[in-house]
Amino acid sequence: MMRFRQPSVIPGFGLTLGFTIAYFSLIILVPLIALVLRSAGIGWSGFWAAALDPRVLAALRTSFVTALIAAAINVVFGTLIAWVLVRYRFPGRRIFDAMVDLPFALPTAVAGISLTAIYAPNGIIGQLVAPLGWRIAYTPIGITIAMIFIGLPFVVRTIQPILEEVSKEVEEASATLGASRFQTISRVLLPSLTPAILTGFALAFARAVGEYGSVIFIAGNIPFVSEIAPLLIVIRLEEFNYQGAAVIATVMLVISFLMLFVLNLIQAWSRRRYGYGS
Amino acid sequence: MAAKSRHLASPTSEPASVRWMLILVGLAFMALFIVLPVIAVFSEAFRQGLGAYWESLHNADAQSAIRLTLMVAAIAVPLNVVFGVCASWAIAKFEFKGKAFLITLIDLPFSVSPVISGLVYVLLFGSGSILGPWLKSYGIEILFAVPGIVLATIFVTFPFVARELIPLMQDQGSGDEEAALSLGASGWQTFWRVTLPNIRWGLLYGVLLCNARAMGEFGAVAVVSGKIRGQTTTMPLQVEMFYNEYQGTAAFALASLLAMLALVTLVLKTALEWRFGDELAATGRGH
Repeated sequence: MMRFRQPSVIPGFGLTLGFTIAYFSLIILVPLIALVLRSAGIGWSGFWAAALDPRVLAALRTSFVTALIAAAINVVFGTLIAWVLVRYRFPGRRIFDAMVDLPFALPTAVAGISLTAIYAPNGIIGQLVAPLGWRIAYTPIGITIAMIFIGLPFVVRTIQPILEEVSKEVEEASATLGASRFQTISRVLLPSLTPAILTGFALAFARAVGEYGSVIFIAGNIPFVSEIAPLLIVIRLEEFNYQGAAVIATVMLVISFLMLFVLNLIQAWSRRRYGYGS
Repeated sequence: MAAKSRHLASPTSEPASVRWMLILVGLAFMALFIVLPVIAVFSEAFRQGLGAYWESLHNADAQSAIRLTLMVAAIAVPLNVVFGVCASWAIAKFEFKGKAFLITLIDLPFSVSPVISGLVYVLLFGSGSILGPWLKSYGIEILFAVPGIVLATIFVTFPFVARELIPLMQDQGSGDEEAALSLGASGWQTFWRVTLPNIRWGLLYGVLLCNARAMGEFGAVAVVSGKIRGQTTTMPLQVEMFYNEYQGTAAFALASLLAMLALVTLVLKTALEWRFGDELAATGRGH
């Protein structure tokens, strides 16, 4: 009972687990500990002074609000796209399906300059809205658009496999019991998709909050207006204010670990309730 | 009530009009947010003609950035492959305490902002640290040099191979390996002749995604590189540099190479999914 591992005839446990843990510690763990130690090094009051600096708070607010809006938009359209890709047959479906992953594959800096070229006042779409007095690039709207771009695949790819698993019989049963199509979708399908939708939302949100490359070009980076928290870390580093950078990073890390924790709770809950995780 | 509609509508689908409207909205959203940016990269790159494009790519800075990116990927990807194979072997073939926790830890880098992934190495090896000055006294430069870029790249691409192989090897179980061992194969023989052929497509899949991210990483590398022209600028950093210097064509020409890498990765990945879908992990879709 108290054995660390169960016996097996397969060799190599010590070697592979040893290497795994050593490599993980060297590459991930030790550097992360160095970060936490460095931000703790300035003491409790120093930490809060740095974390509650108005510019830091403004940057954190910009990051979190735009990421929240982008994730919400992605949930709506991501669910719709997943639905269309799973349920309907139309020409080019498989190509569109493959293209959902483009934001994963396209380097963020490339996406950043490209989105800026499109939404800048002289870009294809920027030109269209400029006469209305609207500006997209160099405002928080531009930040949100970049975050929509990088977050969309997370939502589609979490919902898609669950949607494929939902059996047609449940819908048929619902229909034979007299439910309208709308009732079937809102009362039978959506509840079973809720854990996947929440997971997709959390993943898209977490990615958007930390995103740097695709955002900084289109953001305009005006302090207190369109400056995101990761950029402020870079600025602090360029000022050689390492502790200031470490403090912002620690705050962001704590928030994203809390998110990850909530995500695990959602998945455990959905496994208990629906018999699958996402 | 049902007599109202003349043809029988399917009870488990939507009317054709609704169907087509949803398809249209979904595809329009994708076209606007995903396809348009990729098209824009190429149209901007070729805006001043093929000659200017070609010249931009033969610029000395662009060339050295391409070389550095290839070199960094050539170091980071194999290391993460070794790690991925080791981790999935230990996790899939054995039962031990803390396994679920280890799997969660491996995914950790995905939830860390790329900028923070770079920052941790700045704090570890920077001027205010203990390690940095000590290594420097032996003439070893980590920060603002190639080793730092490699480390940051390994950090951000850390989970790719492992997370593809772990569920795949867990699905496959250890039956094949036990059979090989009972027939007298050594541990290494079992790995090379039995396990590796079983996981080759999944491994290739993980390598593809790992490589795409390694070559395209921006945030983490930007923090540690110091952006020394011709020495520590990878392709994405050089794109930024050209862009900030208002050399639009040069920036987008180099960006178009990275976009092509993304497209090729996507095509190969899709081909693997279509052809060898059953030999990839069930969770192999997505990132």
